[in-house]
Amino acid sequence: MNLEKSFRVLFLSLFVVVVFAKLANATQEIKKWLRPENIPVPVDNKITPARVELGKLLYFDPSLSRDGTISCANCHNPLMGWSDNQPKAIGVEGREGPRNSPTVLNTAYQIRQFWDGRAKTLEEQALGPIQADVEMDMNLDFLLSKLNKNMGYVALFQRAYPSEGITDKTLAKAIATFERTIVSTEAPFDKFIQGDKEFISKSAQDGFKVFIGKAHCADCHDGFNFTDGSFHNIALGGRDEGRYKIKKRAAWFHAFKTPTLRDIVKSAPYFHDGSVKTLKEATTICATGGRYPNGKNISTFIKDRNLSETEIDNIVEFMKTLSGKTLTVLIPTKFPQ
Amino acid sequence: MNRVPILILVVLSFLGAKDYIVDQKSKTFLPAKISAKVGDRLVFKNSDSFSHNAYSDDEKNEFDIGMQSPAQDIAVELKAPATIAVECAIHPNMLLTVEVK
Repeated sequence: MNLEKSFRVLFLSLFVVVVFAKLANATQEIKKWLRPENIPVPVDNKITPARVELGKLLYFDPSLSRDGTISCANCHNPLMGWSDNQPKAIGVEGREGPRNSPTVLNTAYQIRQFWDGRAKTLEEQALGPIQADVEMDMNLDFLLSKLNKNMGYVALFQRAYPSEGITDKTLAKAIATFERTIVSTEAPFDKFIQGDKEFISKSAQDGFKVFIGKAHCADCHDGFNFTDGSFHNIALGGRDEGRYKIKKRAAWFHAFKTPTLRDIVKSAPYFHDGSVKTLKEATTICATGGRYPNGKNISTFIKDRNLSETEIDNIVEFMKTLSGKTLTVLIPTKFPQ
Repeated sequence: MNRVPILILVVLSFLGAKDYIVDQKSKTFLPAKISAKVGDRLVFKNSDSFSHNAYSDDEKNEFDIGMQSPAQDIAVELKAPATIAVECAIHPNMLLTVEVK
């Protein structure tokens, strides 16, 4: 009898341990999809209202471009998913850039900026497009001199960065601070993942299961921001060498950063070359091994996953649930003089 | 003549060489920090279900293990004293710091 009792106690203990382990694992699995409470901020550039206000003015001010026609917002428009709904970025004098404008949304959470990840921080990224000849084509020294003569901006910089002056560093910090506040709003998926199942349709729920399971989308489109920041050659073809241009590392040949899927319905067309108009086509390309599966250095993450058309449609339905209300931003129409 | 003691030191150091297992799991290097010595080896494992990579751009300990499939082991020898940053070329959020004495 004693032996039998001992076995019962042992069995019950094991059962409790297994149940708790499974619950802990499930909680951990759900936790990674939850919206973080805070925006990551660098120690030397805390977010303050004065910095956000200044950064917003600079972001929308076309006088930061060489001919006064283009602001950051031309290619990263709040009404177009913080992108521009064009295949390639268009800069001063209608010059076409080599890549699709990536969304600014949730870049605060990314550890590499640009499609090729050449900047580690938003501060490093901010001055690139201002100076690029196919974007704003502005001479930085000239711009800093111009801003230093603008009494409105002088006062705003003084308020935002007391005693630091108007320099390349404070210019970058201010723009980066505004960009850091551009975060996605609560989407139906966020309600669903917290337990309110009715917030997304049955097909979207099925799509999420395929997304994290059979289709392996979440191997890269992982976590709250639906990207782990990883670099892949997804077999689109084309001459753009991507991250390989920065350093000739074999794994970076034609590799580009995994984009966020937050608010993804708002920022078509898709991929670094803007070559795809619909989410269905984009999903089909990723889930069938890419456009040119026999190319060099094709990511091992890009494979034919044998998805049915219904499964692809369901994934698209699921991705639609990642869009929240467009962030309310009062777009400035008057700029400091 | 002066080369003999150096040679003995090198041989002794290699005799005591150690392997440090570095697992790549849940897109993280485990452990994240290692203190080793010249001649020791980093043995990279991949417990994830997808490919990884490990590289170092340190001048004296430069290496790139290329694409590492799941369950594949790849060893790299540490060649010179330095504090080196090892990253995954695919997942830039993965970082391993190795102090080589």
